[in-house]
Amino acid sequence: MSGAMNFIIAGVGGQGIVLAAKLVARAAMAAGLQVRTSETIGMAQRGGSVVSHVRVSKLPIASPLVPPGRADALLGFEPGEAVRCLSYLRPGGIIIANAHPVAPVSAALNQQSYRGEEMLARLGQCGARLVVVDGDALCAEVGSPQVLNVALIGAAAGAGALGFSVEQLEDAIRASVREKFIAMNIRALHAGANAGANAGASAGASAGASAGANVSGSTSVTTVNQLGLQVAP
Amino acid sequence: MSGNEAVARGAWEAGCRVAAAYPGTPSTEILEYAATYADLYAEWSVNEKVALEVAIGASLAGSRSMCAMKHVGLNVASDALMTQTLIGVGGGLVVVVADDVGLSSSQNEQDSRHWGRFAHLPVLEPADAQEAYEMTREAFALSEQFDTPVILRLTTRICHVKGVVVPGEREERPVLGFRKDPARMVMTPLNAGRRIPLMLQREEKLREFAEVTDLNRIEDGKDARVGFVTSGPTYLHILESFPDAPLVKLGLSHPAPLGLIRSLAEKVEHLVVVEEVEPLLEQEIRAAGIPVHGKDLLPRMGELAPHVLRPAIRAFLGEAVEPEPAPRRTLEFTVPVKVFPRPPTMCVACPHLGIYYCLSKIKNTQIAGDIGCYTLGAGHPWNALDTCIAMGASMGVALGLDKGRSPADKDKRVIAVIGDSTFLHMGMQGLLNIVYNRGNVTILLLNNSTVGMTGGQEHPGSGRDIRGMDAPQVDFRKLVESLGVKPERIHEVNPYELPTLFKALREEVKVEDTSVIITNQPCVLTDRYSHQPPYAVDAELCTGCSNCLAVGCPAIAVTRRETVIKPNGSEKELTFVAIDSAACTGCDLCPGTCGPEAIRPLAEFNRAGARV
Repeated sequence: MSGAMNFIIAGVGGQGIVLAAKLVARAAMAAGLQVRTSETIGMAQRGGSVVSHVRVSKLPIASPLVPPGRADALLGFEPGEAVRCLSYLRPGGIIIANAHPVAPVSAALNQQSYRGEEMLARLGQCGARLVVVDGDALCAEVGSPQVLNVALIGAAAGAGALGFSVEQLEDAIRASVREKFIAMNIRALHAGANAGANAGASAGASAGASAGANVSGSTSVTTVNQLGLQVAP
Repeated sequence: MSGNEAVARGAWEAGCRVAAAYPGTPSTEILEYAATYADLYAEWSVNEKVALEVAIGASLAGSRSMCAMKHVGLNVASDALMTQTLIGVGGGLVVVVADDVGLSSSQNEQDSRHWGRFAHLPVLEPADAQEAYEMTREAFALSEQFDTPVILRLTTRICHVKGVVVPGEREERPVLGFRKDPARMVMTPLNAGRRIPLMLQREEKLREFAEVTDLNRIEDGKDARVGFVTSGPTYLHILESFPDAPLVKLGLSHPAPLGLIRSLAEKVEHLVVVEEVEPLLEQEIRAAGIPVHGKDLLPRMGELAPHVLRPAIRAFLGEAVEPEPAPRRTLEFTVPVKVFPRPPTMCVACPHLGIYYCLSKIKNTQIAGDIGCYTLGAGHPWNALDTCIAMGASMGVALGLDKGRSPADKDKRVIAVIGDSTFLHMGMQGLLNIVYNRGNVTILLLNNSTVGMTGGQEHPGSGRDIRGMDAPQVDFRKLVESLGVKPERIHEVNPYELPTLFKALREEVKVEDTSVIITNQPCVLTDRYSHQPPYAVDAELCTGCSNCLAVGCPAIAVTRRETVIKPNGSEKELTFVAIDSAACTGCDLCPGTCGPEAIRPLAEFNRAGARV
């Protein structure tokens, strides 16, 4: 343990990945940690793949990029995008994956089909701890499709993948989101956190099974507070 | 703060009074942030050359000034830059250029540090957002101290990386005022000839300065097998990969401090230059007689991130290269994973969809494209662009395709496709040239009232300025007419009305003259776009013809495929579809492609998805 945590947030343009990275970064800053985030914005708005790197540490951080094999947590806002980024995950890392696939337009045109279940099954087979979250259900619960990003960050926090408390993320939301959307986002955060905690408590097995995945290596719930983050914001 | 935000902050604190830019990834946000400072004049210029010229004028008027652009933008602005270097500055003049190392959103990958050498200008290269902030302030000071424009070279990994930045206070500076000095500012051959020696002397002074400034430093390390020479974000990648290696960190990378570099070379077994993209420092160091490695070990394109750097240097040192990336070995799959490629695509209801649907249906064409969202028309399902080169190039290229056509191509219809902002940036002159030279070209001017690809910035055709305030708005029809296109050859069309679009296009490609078809619907991502009630597909009526898929709208998805045997015995593939009604904006384009009228307003369906 180098006193640092690395996160990869992967998904599709339009899913709110940049804001998700910002929330994690703000929570880290409030906890007195160093933080660097990096994203490739270029074609993000056009439904392309988007990956955000977030690195937090007690010590100064060098490269803004998470090296392959060093991510403590992989947040997949879309199952196929999570699979695409698997090489970033360290052995023993955790995956928080949205169950809902976003079919690329090319899948419709190239006479091929794209099934999220297959991707979730792959995630389940990789030996990492997998927490599958029904992002659509969470959005429906909160009443807006716009809160997927915050719900999934909540799920990650609930599953103990981030090392930050839900309260620290609440503060980050208050500092980052426009006034009239704060309450809705905080509801989404808690809905996600509950889902993540439940999935974590059942050791990921039921969540994986429901997605048709054979989840192994799913007993560890020790990623919480690897940094010993009792620092007051 | 991102690097872009940090540059804006640094400029404002340095007392910068005028900032100009044309949007371009990854530099766009610099001016967006600069415009948030009320006491700084900020503008979207029509192109990068004009932006630089505005900054030059402001500098000569005595104000600290800045322009920002992406790498290809400096090619456009270089004409002014190459002469301004002879003149020097009034108020500090900083040229911020952002290289898209790794080509996340560009038509090429260039190394803008070349311009420092070409124009004899100092080049500053920050490694992160904090340095971007500090070096922006430093750049203004250097500019005035040495009477020179200063290039601040960023890369995507600076622009879009966020880190903690500790800001300071704004420095209030007096505006010096314009002082007439024709011998210095009117670059006739005689005057320019007198300035060249001064420019070269300035570069030598900067070379001496580079040896002593805090911007350049040696960082000691206990592992003397390799010493690195680094500038820009590769500094952090080296710290990550080889924390014990000594290095020379260059903030002022041109002119390079060869003395400093030599003193590191004497302390280490091997000297390795880690520079993105071209081997500029490497060649200079080698020319100075210092043995050095660089591009013999490292790739000449793309980012030199830790996962590239570490294995390359380890292999050079003869070390066992650790399995990297590790997870590919430890996380094994029972079945190899294949994930779909997810290239960027056009948005749901994009006003360009109808255009490309029509273009894909018209035969016998040669289509010159341009730079913007509509470059995506080269992809599936439209495959309706044949070239994309540079901003505004569609005009000249189309005329060349017309004039240079082979006898076999005599019936080909030459079409050019260009966006509104690209047309204003660099397309107008090209159209004038087509008209003047009697080109047989049909031009599609896709006016969506914004700079779409970079996230929706304003321009002279949008009716708003950089701060969103009302601004004079160009009338494209009048503009095109004044460039000489005959009024009867100009059509303004709604790109969602396919019959109108087809009619205009089919007629104009037949006319042997210059025609312009202008679309008039806004980008769906801007606040000018208004959503209409969405559509859905009546599964009972859908015949699986897949016509609607040729539109390329991401809201239309395949539900199932079926192979049927036709009466004549041949096989036919049927593709049934559904519309994601939550994404559909009711643009009314796809219903026009549906023979059986299966695409119906969502309001006609009940909750179970049946028509009522």
